[in-house]
Amino acid sequence: MTVAVKTFPRLSEAAAALSSERGARFFGGGTILMRMVNEADPNVATIIRSTDPALSRISASSGRIELGAGVTMAAILAERDLAFLHPAARGVGGPAIREAATIGGNLFAQSPYGDFATALLSLDATVTLAGGFGQREQPLEEFLSSRERAAATLVIGVSFKRPAADAFRFKKVTRVHPKGISVLSIAAQLPMASERIGGARIAYGAMDRTPVRGKAAERALEGRSLDAAGVAPAIAVAVDGTSPADDAIASAWWRREILPVHLRRLLIGSGSA
Amino acid sequence: MKTPIQFTLNGEEVAAFVESGSNLLDVLRETVGDLTVKGGCWQGTCGVCTVLIDGAPRVACVTLAEACAGRSIETVAGLRRGPDLHPLQTAFMERFAAQCGYCTPGMLMAAKALLDRNPAPSREDVVDAIGGNICRCTGYEPIIEAILDASRSNSRRSA
Repeated sequence: MTVAVKTFPRLSEAAAALSSERGARFFGGGTILMRMVNEADPNVATIIRSTDPALSRISASSGRIELGAGVTMAAILAERDLAFLHPAARGVGGPAIREAATIGGNLFAQSPYGDFATALLSLDATVTLAGGFGQREQPLEEFLSSRERAAATLVIGVSFKRPAADAFRFKKVTRVHPKGISVLSIAAQLPMASERIGGARIAYGAMDRTPVRGKAAERALEGRSLDAAGVAPAIAVAVDGTSPADDAIASAWWRREILPVHLRRLLIGSGSA
Repeated sequence: MKTPIQFTLNGEEVAAFVESGSNLLDVLRETVGDLTVKGGCWQGTCGVCTVLIDGAPRVACVTLAEACAGRSIETVAGLRRGPDLHPLQTAFMERFAAQCGYCTPGMLMAAKALLDRNPAPSREDVVDAIGGNICRCTGYEPIIEAILDASRSNSRRSA
């Protein structure tokens, strides 16, 4: 089956084509879409591309960070102002994949992939979408819960407030090092005031159909100290609200067993792993 | 539907008509005839098809060929200069870093990408650089040692 490729200089044109053509898919870095094309997936009839420079724009010098959906994991790793995100970007594939894999594509990665989206979820990121409605913003959590219906909508960027220094932590658990598919991943944003946690955000990857918030753990951390006794209630409810799958990487049972162990290590350990 | 594209392959201009939606691996092997690039998984997973695009490593099997128009592509075919092997190729031979040899083209290009950017890498840098390349024969150690040997050989030459 031949797949048509259409390239547009402006994102608005690409968004219009994506929403109007049946079987059209947007090309970010190709690491997901080209795999579908190689497998002759009948759901891909047209590849939509855009050369709009807005896709690869990084604005990271202020308190509000804005990233174009076409920003690659390699570009994140090259950006000193985004050092807190480097462990999450480095967790995506090997160097050759990171040169191609984009933030926008990661939002659509099927579990157990999508570790960078897990990091963004813990940062309370907002997704900027373009479609027949023009442009609008949507909380990432809401976007992820309905992303299957968003195939005709173009993600053009994400934004989030820069976390306080040392407040962001990320851990990816794999069987193979340095590059392996997630058994699970955990991202945490832990704002502290007077040595107490206030407004924690915990996100899990590979613990459900999409990255999900660990809301029970977040509630249990409120007002607690970041030590073994303080985090114990959160560890006890870590798996609440999750629904992991059995796959070739790990069983659902194993994922539930080890999530509390790794959450505890992330919270009271040295941080990124 | 065929689309005309032009790019540079190992320093030489190439013009080709490619099937719309083709991946770069198939174009290099079947249209251009560069059989030094191997295909493994066609899923971006094994790294055997690693090539350099504008100096950066990319897995050719999930690279859209039409997105390579105007770019500079390097494969193992361009590593040696005349009768002289590239220091990486020599080091791979001397360290017995190729056993069945199937992963070797991808390993060499991943290693070249590393040494071009970082001529004196640490062992950790090397492990990360080949982290996307699977080898089922060697256990990786001879490959890591070969890349470190090549970097030392580069240092000696430039000293």
